[in-house]
Amino acid sequence: MNHAIPTSSGEATAEQRESSELSARSIVYSYGHTPALRGVSVELRRGEILAVTGPSGSGKSTLMLCLAGIITPDAGEVRYAGRAISAASESARSRLRRTEFGVLFQFGQLVPELTAAENVALPLLLAGRKRSAAMTAATNWLERFGVADLARSRPPEMSGGQGQRVAVARAMVTEPTVLFADEPTGALDALAGEQVMTQLVRVARESGTSVVLITHDAKIAAYGDREIVVRDGMLDQTAS
Amino acid sequence: MTTAHVLMGLLASEDRHGYDLKREHDQRFAGARPMAFGQVYAALERMQKKNYVVPVEVERVDGPDRTVFRLTAAGRAELDRWLGEVEPPAPHVANPLAVKATIALLVGDGDRAARYLADQRAAHLTRMRHYTRLKTDPAASLTEVLDADYAIAHLDADLQWLDLALDRINALSAAIAPVAPTSDQPPTTPAVPTAAAT
Repeated sequence: MNHAIPTSSGEATAEQRESSELSARSIVYSYGHTPALRGVSVELRRGEILAVTGPSGSGKSTLMLCLAGIITPDAGEVRYAGRAISAASESARSRLRRTEFGVLFQFGQLVPELTAAENVALPLLLAGRKRSAAMTAATNWLERFGVADLARSRPPEMSGGQGQRVAVARAMVTEPTVLFADEPTGALDALAGEQVMTQLVRVARESGTSVVLITHDAKIAAYGDREIVVRDGMLDQTAS
Repeated sequence: MTTAHVLMGLLASEDRHGYDLKREHDQRFAGARPMAFGQVYAALERMQKKNYVVPVEVERVDGPDRTVFRLTAAGRAELDRWLGEVEPPAPHVANPLAVKATIALLVGDGDRAARYLADQRAAHLTRMRHYTRLKTDPAASLTEVLDADYAIAHLDADLQWLDLALDRINALSAAIAPVAPTSDQPPTTPAVPTAAAT
């Protein structure tokens, strides 16, 4: 018997749906024969910072990939701004990720050959923005994260904390409606992690960006407004 | 840690009277229990007897006279000795969280223990959010940030234990849960030799 209580039908109230930015309903996902998500329902409210926690292998990162439209669930539905993105084409989901969503991973995944400013400008250049405008926006975002002095530095010349702040600036440069952050401080020491989280939360609140914060660390989850816990591919509602 | 050592620490930077010491303590250690005036004056009296502090002047303002104290060389030496002394690790095994979860298991109620652990986890996280907001406030002082760091670290230790305890209870429950027979598989008879078979 598992004491984690799986979610019920996942039906959101009309009021929740109205204020909801992003929602998943009864989503299921398997890697081959190994189930990763077994009927998860979740609502992300506008401007909310939602911490998704759980042990390693519990399915929290898979949940993020489904919510961000990076993978499509085997069953169930993901909706964003009233549209079922889980049923959308790959190109439509890709467009959504470029324009509406920002994604940040544990290791910032900056391009080592590019400067910090070029890395931050990259999403705008890919979206068709002119280089001069993209570089100006990139410089502004580096400034908001307190790393403007690194604009001409390349990732190998930066500390872990500096690199991650550049990565957050890159994730925010398109001014996404939703930022997905998967263990954003997992590779940093406590103080560097705190700086990244403090700035991420401040800028997200200023911009009205909702954040889905994936973490196994309660200290990081405490930056969120609300927490949901994933265990064995299900929501543990006793802890949410 | 004694009240005297804390007061000596506050006197190390400047001379102060009892009222000022109490106010300074309560402001710097806002998370701690406020120091009572009686506690301050009793400690100052003991410290004076040991020559750790001496009165240097009496301030006469509105209200009662206030004696200003100064830390002596002997007091400074005692403060330095105390600062170099390792505090014994707290006996966390006596933590009420562990006691309550254990008692719930002892009375044979795994569900209740798990529910308690989950509720307690939510309460801890709520408190951790409070301290996180407090320490990330741009107006927070270094003392407030350090206090919040300390509280968060202890709450986090509890949370890690709560998660582990919940996992252990789930694993234990799964291991001892009876297996229901399926319709095409009759319950197996115990492999106990009968008298006839022997």
